[in-house]
Amino acid sequence: MALKDLFTKNHPKKKKYATIPTETAKNDVPEGIMTKCPSCKKIMYTKELTKNLKVCLHCGFHFQMNSRERIDSFIDEGSFEEINENMMSKNPLNFPDYLEKLEKDRLKSNLNEAVVTGIGSVNGNKIVLAIMDASFRMGSMGSVVGEKITLAIEKADELSVPFIIFTASGGARMQEGALSLMQMAKTSVALKRFSEHGGLYISIMTHPTTGGVSASFASLGDFNFAEPGALIAFAGRRVIEQSIREELPEDFQTAEFLLKHGQLDAIISRVDLVEKITNILEIHQPGGELAW
Amino acid sequence: MVGELEFERPITELRKKISEIKEFTKTTDVDLSSEIAKLEDRLEKLENDIYANIKPWDRVQIARLPNRPTTLDYISYLFEGFFECHGDRTFADDEAIVGGIARFKGLPVTVIGHQRGKDTKENIRRNFGMPHPEGYRKALRLMKQADKFNRPIICFIDTKGAYPGKAAEERGQSEAIARNLLEMAGLRVPVICIVIGEGGSGGALALGVGNRIYMLENSTYSVISPEGAAAILWKDAAFAKNAAETMKITAPDLKELGVIDGIIPEIKGGAHKDVKKQAEEIEKLLTTSLQQLLELSKEELVADRYNRFRTIGEYSIMNDYIGVN
Repeated sequence: MALKDLFTKNHPKKKKYATIPTETAKNDVPEGIMTKCPSCKKIMYTKELTKNLKVCLHCGFHFQMNSRERIDSFIDEGSFEEINENMMSKNPLNFPDYLEKLEKDRLKSNLNEAVVTGIGSVNGNKIVLAIMDASFRMGSMGSVVGEKITLAIEKADELSVPFIIFTASGGARMQEGALSLMQMAKTSVALKRFSEHGGLYISIMTHPTTGGVSASFASLGDFNFAEPGALIAFAGRRVIEQSIREELPEDFQTAEFLLKHGQLDAIISRVDLVEKITNILEIHQPGGELAW
Repeated sequence: MVGELEFERPITELRKKISEIKEFTKTTDVDLSSEIAKLEDRLEKLENDIYANIKPWDRVQIARLPNRPTTLDYISYLFEGFFECHGDRTFADDEAIVGGIARFKGLPVTVIGHQRGKDTKENIRRNFGMPHPEGYRKALRLMKQADKFNRPIICFIDTKGAYPGKAAEERGQSEAIARNLLEMAGLRVPVICIVIGEGGSGGALALGVGNRIYMLENSTYSVISPEGAAAILWKDAAFAKNAAETMKITAPDLKELGVIDGIIPEIKGGAHKDVKKQAEEIEKLLTTSLQQLLELSKEELVADRYNRFRTIGEYSIMNDYIGVN
């Protein structure tokens, strides 16, 4: 070490100017004990947040949930039995890098595809459930997602139990081209048959539900619900802004916007979800003194 | 020349040369008939060569030609006494979709299709063939009417897509498309869909849940436009040509993937060269297709449509996956 290095003035690491934290740094609290709400910016214990079903304790902001968290929060403990979990995407178009991207997401999310399906119960009411998971390829729908959802609908039909889906999707999966598009039709024809047989179908739209998914099964529930603040859209906001060249309202394409425009039965907070869905499931069973 | 495309240029140039020489022989005594014959021979070879090796991007260009025949063009050649019905009974009449009743070789049918404009003025009125929710709801109303009166339904698909606009979202573009998919599944009459130009994503599919789906040879059917795919994939819409190949959007590609049932051959150079002849090709296929479907009972028609879509998709089964539990 040269003698001059001892003097702080020449120390290379010393910052010359005060640094201003960037926008991302401001919102970014190290993962672990504390979590910062991206909406109200308040900090809370992660444990408490998890206990509150990932709903902000201060402002009610709904953090995204993955499929495992959803099962834990919605289905009676130990009642979930996954079906068709080993179904896997191929690369029918020989799309460049598609298989690599799938593999990367498989490792990242620990899921085989963007939807988890199975049989379970909600307060003792047996249902077939599908949960889309945005952590896998943005929840996009290719052949496997379409097939698993269709099989789940058919399973509900076979068991004569209600079908419930939590949607979260960027839309049809581009890498499977028209095959993805056709999954919209496939799931819809299955829902039609289920409906003709008198099956109850509840769609719960979570953030985000867009494109080909919102334009097929997500919108086709006997009851269409959404979580507060969820983005629900057919076309992307930027696409619309470009095509109409005008500013869009701030709540455009949110659950609240859809409710206002008559597209939803209700917005249900995650905290009340089990109770409200239980009520709907039970009202669809025969009973009471005036049963006929 | 209207509708001249890049890949066709060698043909038009040669054709021009031939007509020039012909003009020239008229004014002089020189006999060039053997040369003309030779050139015409070459022209035919060139045409065969170019039209036999047509690339996906060329097909996209043909499908998008402003003078490509539209739904109403084909209706006038294929059906007798077309009577157009307007409106969704709820909000408005969306002129991006036309529909009504007619006869096909004497058989009462309902005809519905996306409708582009022929010029700017008409295109504005018809919103460039990009429907709003009320367009899909009108189509559904007419399909239900056809179901009630036991009329087969013929749908022509020709749209860039459902319109991405503020009003469309407010009135439930997603729901309108989804509802059509669901309700078309339950129709107890034959439904035949023909892609005649561009088949753009959900906006096309909303008229596309048929017992049989056919495409004109140079039409396209895709989940996203080549430009859109290129913008996402290569972050540059200029790569649309590559995307057109990768996305497998042409009739031959989609036949191979099992998305469509058949390809309707186009006359050399594309349907716009001779609408009447093209309509004859469509008529042939419509006739045989209808004959087959009219054999089926109402229940069989619904089941046929279910199976038609139920089987689409490719996947494999992996045995060592443990699942979420």
